[in-house]
Amino acid sequence: MVFNMKKIENYKIIHNNLIAKNTYEMKLEGNVGWIDKPGKFINVSVDSNYLKRPISICDYDETTLTLVYKVFGSGTKWLSNKKENEKIEALVNLGNGFELNTENEALIIGGGVGVPPLYALSKRLKEKGVKLTIILGFTSKEDSFYIDKFKELSELVYISSNDGSIGEIGFVSDIMIKYNLLDIPYYTCGPTPMLKAVHSISTAKGQLSLEERMGCGFGACMGCSHKTKNGYKRVCVEGPVFTSEEIIWND
Amino acid sequence: MERLKVKLNNLELDNPVIPASGTYGFGYDYLDFYDPNILGSISLKGTTLHPRFGNVTPRIAECHMGMLNSVGLQNPGIHKVIEEELVKLDKIYHKKIIFNVSGFNIDEYVECVRLLDNIDKVGIIEVNISCPNVKDGGLSFGSDCSSAASVTKEVRKVTTKPLFIKLSPNVSNIADIAKSCEDEGADGISMINTLIGARFNLKTGKPILHNVTGGFSGPAILPVALRMVYEVYERVNIPIIGIGGISSAYDVIEMMYAGASAIQIGSSNLVDPYTCKKVIDDLPLVMDELNIKKITDIIGRAHK
Repeated sequence: MVFNMKKIENYKIIHNNLIAKNTYEMKLEGNVGWIDKPGKFINVSVDSNYLKRPISICDYDETTLTLVYKVFGSGTKWLSNKKENEKIEALVNLGNGFELNTENEALIIGGGVGVPPLYALSKRLKEKGVKLTIILGFTSKEDSFYIDKFKELSELVYISSNDGSIGEIGFVSDIMIKYNLLDIPYYTCGPTPMLKAVHSISTAKGQLSLEERMGCGFGACMGCSHKTKNGYKRVCVEGPVFTSEEIIWND
Repeated sequence: MERLKVKLNNLELDNPVIPASGTYGFGYDYLDFYDPNILGSISLKGTTLHPRFGNVTPRIAECHMGMLNSVGLQNPGIHKVIEEELVKLDKIYHKKIIFNVSGFNIDEYVECVRLLDNIDKVGIIEVNISCPNVKDGGLSFGSDCSSAASVTKEVRKVTTKPLFIKLSPNVSNIADIAKSCEDEGADGISMINTLIGARFNLKTGKPILHNVTGGFSGPAILPVALRMVYEVYERVNIPIIGIGGISSAYDVIEMMYAGASAIQIGSSNLVDPYTCKKVIDDLPLVMDELNIKKITDIIGRAHK
């Protein structure tokens, strides 16, 4: 019980490197004992802004966790300027995470900044012996990251980009159709239009990690509510991962 | 601790610190952080007669030292709150609570308050009059003296519990509105609710909130809240719960100088979930520093 509690933790920055256009990889050292599955997130305090910044966990081991984030505004800009050995504070152990309930085969579908949480997920699934087919979509080559890391986990890695500068031109959903990947149980994270497309064309069950503007990140403010077939859920507590069976799109 | 005790009508609180409605859910989202029984009381999430999903997301924006929300009173409806939420809350929180109600016409307010009248757990009914009056032009009930008075008058008829009217700051005459509520039988005033704000996306030019406007709260509004509590204290003889931008024990002292008998903390809970605990722990230290023996000694000191 104690291990599952939300709490404030401090982390030492091991590195904070630019890995793609406006995209940084931040490796942190500190308490990671609360990470019991991939897909959870932390809410990082930034001196530049009033509210914290929710960022999903990209990778973790016994003593470190890694975040991959894109600079969108002043908060992530502040974070990108933090240096090695500096400290950051975060509210941790947030969100439900992915359920690793796929037995034989899984399709991983990531788009842009939705790719990071799928990396730790893919590692855990591979450890379970699950055969992975991976589709990663980016705006263009300069935005792409982690392709080689995913290729270490599977021989079946498809890449798409909006402008064709890397991989095949088009969307991840085009890849799903072209290579007949519509009936494999899937895990996905990315922009909402991509999630909707994946949800509508796949005939298999899936888990979808949603993104929403948050106030608190721990369930108190109701800022990030999302309608589901089982009633209204908070993306920060009952999510961010929802099943394809329960999800309803807000519009 | 005796020196922190305050009274709101007949309700004695162990300390003046109360999380504000809408920032503390129905009481159990903070269990990982501290025991809620340290709080003076809890003002529950705003409840309406019928269930509401609230507004379309995005519902949250921010600014320097503050935030905007357009949650839109998401709640499961008063029947479910009474039957389920209050029962669950009673197991973890042993003091009386402040039940915050909203309505879109006077009948809805009256029905909510009537349903609460015989519930022992409810120590105070807090009536949020910032909602639009759907039957009469859509202006907020809190926007003028006569509609504020008519809500107060009608809910007064159906309860003997302490009634605190929660005022909107988006008015030009808040002291007059507070006086109208007192004249119609209000037992106290909760103030202030959020100010109305908006933010726009720098790249697209579009509103950040789907609803365009939202309630602006956070440390940035503290001076507005202090000024309004000061003005209302001059006009009424009923207790005031001071709300707006409080994030530290120093802010609590200042708000009580202005005239508050107790205070509520809102947005700061969302930014740092330990805020209420820290403020309660810090209050005796700050009182020592400022030579304050009992917290009740300082209520309205700014006026003396």
